[in-house]
Amino acid sequence: MDGSAPAPAALAWPDAIFAELQRWGVRQVAYVPDGGHARLIRAVHAEPTMRAIPLTTEEEGIAVLAGAALGGQRGVLLMQSSGVGNCVNMLSLVKSCGFPFLALVTMRGEWGEFNPWQVPMGSTTEAAFGLMGVGVRRADRAEEVAETVAAAARMVFEGGSAVAVLLGQRLIGAKVF
Amino acid sequence: MLAESGKLDRRELTRALLEDRGEMVVIAGLGAPAWDITAVGDHPLNLPLWGGMGAAAMIGLGLALAQPNRRVLVLTGDGEMLMGIGALATIAVKKPRNLSIVVQDNEHYGETGMQETATKHGVDLVAMAKGAGFPQTMFVTKPGEVPALKAAIHAGNGPFFAVAKIDATSKKLVLPPRDGAIIQARMREAILGPEAHHQL
Repeated sequence: MDGSAPAPAALAWPDAIFAELQRWGVRQVAYVPDGGHARLIRAVHAEPTMRAIPLTTEEEGIAVLAGAALGGQRGVLLMQSSGVGNCVNMLSLVKSCGFPFLALVTMRGEWGEFNPWQVPMGSTTEAAFGLMGVGVRRADRAEEVAETVAAAARMVFEGGSAVAVLLGQRLIGAKVF
Repeated sequence: MLAESGKLDRRELTRALLEDRGEMVVIAGLGAPAWDITAVGDHPLNLPLWGGMGAAAMIGLGLALAQPNRRVLVLTGDGEMLMGIGALATIAVKKPRNLSIVVQDNEHYGETGMQETATKHGVDLVAMAKGAGFPQTMFVTKPGEVPALKAAIHAGNGPFFAVAKIDATSKKLVLPPRDGAIIQARMREAILGPEAHHQL
């Protein structure tokens, strides 16, 4: 391995997520634009069996995935930790109706964050999901991303649970300008 | 179909829109539209929302994309539509031909004290939908326009967006099934068949 290049795993974790979404038959991918998910979002747009659905705000994603489930399609919501607070009331739809729900959340405000305004929501992301009964799993190293997404997807698509996977800022890399 | 005010009666309008509905799925926004679709006949293909204000149009989008050969109608109020107004942009980008949104506009928050909504003060939801890029829209105020509204819902040239100005009087409360798990499971079964309960 060339020591000056990023480790292959660091490049590959978004691809590993894409492969898991393919394996689980995910058809609707709702997202709010996000640097951490940019590579995955590009892959979804390029995949004809998947619908990429850009949102104006995160809570739209809760509702569109409920509609997908009603129509027999599996879906996932991609967002940043800063959007989790926006979802709190809308998650009552998931809780009251028992919809399956999978979110993949890139973390801000927790590891080398330059923007202090990201810290309040980043430090309460897990608690916000917990308030609404969404289970939280976490991956901080590239090699654990695929198995964590797979475990969450199984709980959601085979068990009907609501699960969010937090992708740590240490994994993604702090934003630099 | 007209109330004493000279505006459309919301329940008679709902009855007309859902008559001979065929396999059409109906998502009703929380509050009066949910009571309206129940009053004219509860149905497994009805999803009357008890909460999630602002969600109705987006639930319709997810369903319309998953079931492209089935008509999907979102029937909601002006306040509910305004709370999730960004959905107009999201839906216009995806262009689901089988999705229709009809806003029953009484210009008030009828469930919460009759405060005036923005539409009372000139905010034009049809213009907003056109601006977002909805190719088909209608503005309905008269009973004579309802057959064309109904035809547009069934035409499949959407996404289609309409505002129907309605009388603001509250109607008798007719409550749908309360358990969200039952409402969603019966709809999934109606769409997907009995195997709906064996898969997600």
